[in-house]
Amino acid sequence: MDPECSRLLPALCAALADPRQPLADDTCLEKLLDWFKTVTEAESSLLLLQENPALVELLSHVLKSQDMSSRVLSFSLRLAGTFAAQEDCFLYLQQGELLLGLFGEGGPQCWAAWSVPTVRSGWIQGLRSLAQHPCALHFLADSGAVDTIFSLQGDPSLFVASAASQLLVHTLALSMQAGATGCSGLWDGVWPACAQKIMGHLEESLQSTAAPQVTQALNVLTSTFGRCHSPWTETLWGQLCPLVARLLERTPIPAAHSLVDLLLSVARSPALSSSHGRLWEAVAQALRCLSPMQAGSLALGMLKLPHCPQALRVQAFGVLLQPLACVVKATAQAPGPPGCSMWPPGWLDGAEGSSLTVDTLLSSKSACVGILCQTLAQLEELQPLPQRPAPWPQEPLLGAAVTILRLCHGSATSSSSGGGRLCATLAGCVRVQRAALDFLGTLSQETRSQELEKEVFAVLSEYLGSPDSSPTVLKKAFQTTLRWLLSSPRTPGCPDLGPQPLLFLRELFPVLQKRLCSPSWEVRDSVLEFLTQLSRHWGGQADFRRALLASEVPTLTQQLLQDPESYVRASAVAAAGQLSSRGLQAAPDSPEHPQAQQGLLGELLCILSTDSEGFPRRAVVQVFTEWLRDGHADVARDTEWFIATVLQVVSQDLDWEVRVQGLELAQVFLVQRLGQPRCPYMVALPEAASATPIPEVLQSLCRLRLFDFAFRALLDCDRPVAQKACELLLFLKDKTAMCGGLQEAGDIPGSASGQVTLQRWRAGEQGQLPGDLQPEAMLALLRSTDLEGLQARLAQSSDHMEKSPQSLLQDMLATVGVLGENEADCY
Amino acid sequence: MKLYCLSGHPTLPCNVLKFKSTTIMLDCGLDVTSTLNFLPLPLVQSPRLSNLPGWSLKDGNAFLDKELKECSGHVFVDSVPEFCLPETELIDLSTVDVILISNYHCMMALPYITEHTGFTGTVYATEPTVQIGRLLMEELVNFIERVPKAQSASLWKNKGIQRLLPSPLKDAVGVSTWRGCYTMQEVNSALSKIQLVGYSQKIELFGAVQVTPLSSGYALGSSNWIIQSHYEKVSYVSGSSLLTTHPQPMDQASLKNSDVLILTGLTQIPTANPDGMVGEFCSNLALTVRNGGNVLVPCYPSGVIYDLLECLYQYIDSAGLSSVPFYFISPVANSSLEFSQIFAEWLCHNKQSKVYLPEPPFPHAELIQTNKLKHYPSIHGDFSNDFRQPCVVFTGHPSLRFGDVVHFMELWGKSSLNTVIFTEPDFSYLEALAPYQPLAMKCIYCPIDTRLNFIQVSKLLKEAQPLHVVCPEQYTQPPPTQSHRMDLMIDCQPPAMSYRRAEVLALPFKRRYEKIEIMPELADSLVPMEIKPGISLATVSAVLHTKDNKHVLQPPPRPAQPPGKKRKRVSEDIPDCKVLKPLLSGSIPVEQFVQTLEKDNCVPG
Repeated sequence: MDPECSRLLPALCAALADPRQPLADDTCLEKLLDWFKTVTEAESSLLLLQENPALVELLSHVLKSQDMSSRVLSFSLRLAGTFAAQEDCFLYLQQGELLLGLFGEGGPQCWAAWSVPTVRSGWIQGLRSLAQHPCALHFLADSGAVDTIFSLQGDPSLFVASAASQLLVHTLALSMQAGATGCSGLWDGVWPACAQKIMGHLEESLQSTAAPQVTQALNVLTSTFGRCHSPWTETLWGQLCPLVARLLERTPIPAAHSLVDLLLSVARSPALSSSHGRLWEAVAQALRCLSPMQAGSLALGMLKLPHCPQALRVQAFGVLLQPLACVVKATAQAPGPPGCSMWPPGWLDGAEGSSLTVDTLLSSKSACVGILCQTLAQLEELQPLPQRPAPWPQEPLLGAAVTILRLCHGSATSSSSGGGRLCATLAGCVRVQRAALDFLGTLSQETRSQELEKEVFAVLSEYLGSPDSSPTVLKKAFQTTLRWLLSSPRTPGCPDLGPQPLLFLRELFPVLQKRLCSPSWEVRDSVLEFLTQLSRHWGGQADFRRALLASEVPTLTQQLLQDPESYVRASAVAAAGQLSSRGLQAAPDSPEHPQAQQGLLGELLCILSTDSEGFPRRAVVQVFTEWLRDGHADVARDTEWFIATVLQVVSQDLDWEVRVQGLELAQVFLVQRLGQPRCPYMVALPEAASATPIPEVLQSLCRLRLFDFAFRALLDCDRPVAQKACELLLFLKDKTAMCGGLQEAGDIPGSASGQVTLQRWRAGEQGQLPGDLQPEAMLALLRSTDLEGLQARLAQSSDHMEKSPQSLLQDMLATVGVLGENEADCY
Repeated sequence: MKLYCLSGHPTLPCNVLKFKSTTIMLDCGLDVTSTLNFLPLPLVQSPRLSNLPGWSLKDGNAFLDKELKECSGHVFVDSVPEFCLPETELIDLSTVDVILISNYHCMMALPYITEHTGFTGTVYATEPTVQIGRLLMEELVNFIERVPKAQSASLWKNKGIQRLLPSPLKDAVGVSTWRGCYTMQEVNSALSKIQLVGYSQKIELFGAVQVTPLSSGYALGSSNWIIQSHYEKVSYVSGSSLLTTHPQPMDQASLKNSDVLILTGLTQIPTANPDGMVGEFCSNLALTVRNGGNVLVPCYPSGVIYDLLECLYQYIDSAGLSSVPFYFISPVANSSLEFSQIFAEWLCHNKQSKVYLPEPPFPHAELIQTNKLKHYPSIHGDFSNDFRQPCVVFTGHPSLRFGDVVHFMELWGKSSLNTVIFTEPDFSYLEALAPYQPLAMKCIYCPIDTRLNFIQVSKLLKEAQPLHVVCPEQYTQPPPTQSHRMDLMIDCQPPAMSYRRAEVLALPFKRRYEKIEIMPELADSLVPMEIKPGISLATVSAVLHTKDNKHVLQPPPRPAQPPGKKRKRVSEDIPDCKVLKPLLSGSIPVEQFVQTLEKDNCVPG
C-alpha cells in the first residue's frame, strides 16, 4: 500500500468508527471497498492488517458498539469478508473471534440493524467474499450461517434474496470442489457435509407446496447448472430430476417460469450430456403441460440447442407454430383441416395435445395479444439461425403473418365465429401489428412464391395507404416494405426491380405523396426516410425514375425543407440530397420562386447557416460529404469554392456534431486530393498519376483555410471534435512527410505564434490561431506538433486525473472535517 | 313500459316512451336522406340540369318525363326536395307530454310534430341545442325557399307507378308521407315551445318521473337523458362521444345501474378513426391546393367544422398554406362562428379556461382576424368580389341537393385539379354525387364521426351495467358490407333488444313498487308486532289519497257522528264512510267460530 494512504488510514478508520461523523457520500464507501479489493489482490491481506492495525480496530469496534450506522456496518462486514478471503488472514481474524462475532449466530443477526436490508446484504456479500477456502467451509457449517442463508432466500428485499441464492450456489460448488481436492483431485462420490445440507434443503424445497420455496430451489439449481460444469453436477441432476418431473405433474404447475429456466440451464450444460435422456423426457412433458406462453420460451430455447433430439425439436417447433396455426385455422374459409394442412406434416402433431385451442387463445384480449407478440418475436429470432428446423415452413408462416395483419386491420374475411371473434380482439391492435410487420420483414429473406409475394405487397399497400395506421405502425410498414423490395427476386443479369415490386411502387407514389402532406410529423419523417432508401437503391433504374418523376414526390420533398419540425427538415435534407445526386430533383416549375433560382445547393447552404436546430444542419453536412464523394455536379463545378464556403460556415457552428461532420468532409476532400491513407501492411502501390503534386495541394489548402479550420478544431473544447481534427492532421502529416524542400519550422513567420498557442493549449488555456498562414508555416507547425501524443491524451477519459486512492481518502476525510467544522459553528 | 319506434334511422332517432303514465318523446330526428332522390336545386340557372332528359318507362311511355329526369343512368325526381318524417300513425302524437331533445341534429323534425299533430306539451333542450338547432333549421328553410320551384311532383308516388320505377326510387319507404320543408314561421312557433334546461338539472314530470339531461360530449349542449322514478331508471343515450373535441366531456357515471338503457346515435362509420380521417382531410386538402386546385367541403354550419378549422389553424402554416383563402358560406355562417365562442360553459375544460384569459375559446377567431377565414351568407354579394382561387370552401348542404354547394359542384366539377372532400357521415358520398356525373373533380371520402364506436360502447356497457339494452336493429348485427366484422355490433348480456321503424316494443320490465307516504298522525297510531326477528308488522286502516302521481295514506275518517247533534261542516274534506270494521287475520279459532255460528243459529240442525 502507498505509504501516504497508510498514513491517512487511521484517521479515516477513526472517522468511520465514530457514529457522530456522518458520511457525505454513499459511493465513497463503495469506492473504498473496491480499492481494498485491488490492494488485497496484489498483496497479502495478513500483512496489510498487521501493518495497519487501525483496520482490525475498526472491525472490533463494530462488534463492540452496536450503534454503528447501517452503512458502515454493512461496509465493515464486506471488508472483513474481503480480508478473510485469504486463508492465513482468515485464521488471523478467527483467532480474535472477530469473524464469529461478525458472521456467527450471535452477531449482527441479533442486532436491531439486521432489519435494514443493506446490513443483511453486507453480511451475505462478506460471506461470499470469505468463502474461498476449506477453512471457510467449516466456518460456514459450524457458525450456523448456512441456515441463516436458507432463511434469507425468502427475504423481502429482492437483492438480499437473490444474493442469498447466489451464495448457496457458490457454497455448494466450493464444498464439492473441496471434497474433490481432498483426495485424488476427482470427486469420490461422497457428498461433503455442507453440500449434503444444501442438497437436503433443495430436495425439501422442491417437494414443498409453497410456490415461493419451489421457485427459490429452482433458481439455485438454475444458477448451479449454469455456472458449474464439473462431473458432480450430473449426480446432482440425477438425484433431483425425479423431483423436478414431479413438479410437472402438479396442477397448476408451480414456478413455471423458473422451471423453464432450469430445464434450459440443464440442457445447455456440457457436463450433463450423458444424462440427457431423462432431461428430454422432462422437457417433452413440460412442453405438453405448460401454458402456451411459458412453453414458448422453452421451445425456443430447445430449438436453439445444437444437440436437441429430432423428436423434441418437432414437438418444440409445434408449440411455437401452434398459436399461428390457431389463427389460420380460425380464419380459414372452408371448414375442415385446410388451415392445418398448409403446415409441413408432422410439425403440429406433437402439439395436438397442447392446451392451446382457439378458445384459450381468445379467452382474453391481453392473453391473445401477449401470446401472438411473443410467438412472432420468437419465430423472428429463430429464422436466421443455422439450427432452425428444416424444412422451414416459409409459406404457411407468410400466410399466417399476412392473416394476422389483415385481422388487425379488419380486412380479413372469415365466416367462422372464431375468426369473427379474433377479428374483434385484434382489430386495431398496434402491438400485434408491429410484431407481425417485423416478422414479415424477417421472412423476406426466404424464397417465396409469386402468389404469396403478391399477397404481401397487397397487405403492405393496405397498411401504407390506410389512414388508421398509427405513425409507429406506418414506420414499421415502410421498413418491412423496403426489406421485401430489396429481397425481391430479380431477373438474372438485370439489376432492375421485378414486375411485381414495380407495380407496387407505381401505386405507392400517390400514397407517399399524400403521406408527405400528413399533419403528423412522424408520418412525414418516415416517408422521407423511406424515400431516401428507395432512391439510394433504385435511383438509377429507368422504370423507377419514370414513376417517381411522374409523381409530385420530388416537389413535396423540396417543400419539406421548410417544415416546422426539425426532424422532418433533417430527413427532407437527406432525401432531397439523395434525389438530387440521382438526378431526380423536382423541376423548378416556378422560376420566380427565390429558392428555385438558388438551387438545392444554395438552399442547403442556407439551412446550414441559418437553421436554429442541429439535426437539419448535421444532415446538410452529411449530404455535402456524400455529394463530394460521389462527385455531384453542383460540387464538381467549383469544388474549392464549395469546400471553402462549407468549412467557413461549419467552423462557426455551435453544434459539435456539425463540426465533426465538417472535419469528415475535409478529410474526404483531402483523400481525393492526396490519395488514400497509407496502410503499413499494404504493398506500396505506385502513386496514382492523377494525384495533384503536394505543394500545389498545400497552397490550395491554405487558400481554402482548411489548415485554419483543422487547427482550430484541434483546440476545440469538445473532445470528439479535437480527436477528429487530430486524426485529420495526422493523415496530412503522414502525406506531407515525404515533401521536402520547405523551410524548417521556426524560421517562418506565423508558425512561432502558432506553436505558442498550441503550447498554451496544452497547459490548459484556450487560444486562437493567427490568421493567414503560409503553406510552409503550416507544414512546419504540423511537423513540430506532437499530434500522436495529443491523440493519446485525447483518448483518455476526462476523469483519469481524479481516480487515485489517495484522493479518495483525502476527499472522505475532508468531508468529515468540514462536517465537524459546521457542527462547531452551530455552537 | 312501452317504446314506440317512429324512426328507423339509428342516428336520427324518434322514439316515444310510455312510462308511469307519462308519454315522453325521445328526440325527433328528420331523415334527410330522402332528398338524395331529388335533383339538386341550383342557385344559378344550370343548363346541364335543366336539359337532362325525362325518364320514360321501358315501353316508351313518357307520362312521367316531367317529374323524373335521368342523369348518368340514375333517375331523379325533379321537384322541391322532400323529407321522410317520423311515423305519425303509430301513436296519437297529441298525447305526447314532453319531448326531450338530445342534440341539435336530432330536433330537425320538431316543427312537423309540434305544429301538425295537436301536440300540447313541452319540449326540453339545452340552450346551445336550441340556438344551433335554430341555425340548422334556418339554413335549411333558406336553402329551399330561395330557389322556388314551380312544380311539385306527386304522380310518381302513386303506389302502382312507384313499383315500375328503377331503384332506389322503387324501394323508397312511405313516400306518400314525405313532406316538403317547413316555414320559418313554423320553426319559430315550434322553438317557442322549448323550455331550456341545464346539465344535471332535475325536471319533475307530473310528479311521476324525473328527467335529467347529462353531458354527452358529442356537440355543443348535446345531452343524454336519465328518466327515473323512485324505483325505476331509464337512460337514453343518443349521440355521445368520448373523444376530446370541443364539447364538455361525456358524463358516464350517471348512467350506471339503469334498468333500461336505450342506445342510439353511435358512429355511422365504425371503421374510420376520426384522427386518421382528419389526417386524410388535411393531406388531401394540401395536395390539391399546392397543385392549384380548389377544395370544396360540403358541411353543416356547426359541429365538426369547428374542429376542422382548429386543425387547419395548426396545419396551414406548417404546410405552407398560409396564403390560401378559406371561405365559409352559409346563411348562418356568422351566427354559427359567433355562437360557438359564447357558449363557454358548454365547452371542454381547455376551452373554458381560455375564456378567463380572456381569449376566444376557438382559434377560428384568429383565422377571421387575420383574414385567412372569411364567411359570407351566400355566394351572391360580397363573396363574388372577394373570391380568389385556389381556395377552400366550406358550405352546405352535405346532401349536395340544395344550398351554395350545388353552385360549386357545377363550377368546379369539370376540372380534375379540384377536390371535393366529404367529412359529414350522414350521406353516402356516391349517392350524393350521382346527379353530378360525369365528374372530373377528385372525390375524397373522409367521414369524421366522433360518436361512440363499438369498442367504446362495450366498455360503457360494462361500466354502466344496465339490466336491459334497447337499440336500433342495425346495431345488433355487423354492417352488411362487412359481415365478418363481429366487432362492429353490440355485444352484451343479456342480448340487446332491437327495434325497427314502426315497431312497438314492450320493455321486459315490470313496475314492482310504488312509493307511498304515510301521514305522521297515522304513523303514530301504528303498533308494530315483531313476527320474527327483524320483521315487524302492523295493520293499518287508512284512506289512499292519490293526486299528481303522489300517493299518501291518510288517517281513516272518524265514524260518522249521529246526525243533528252537530252541524256538518262544509269544509270537511274527508268523505263520510261507513264505520270501519276490524279486519280478521290469522288462523280461525275453530271451536269459538262454531260456537258463534251455533249461537246465531247458522248451523243447520
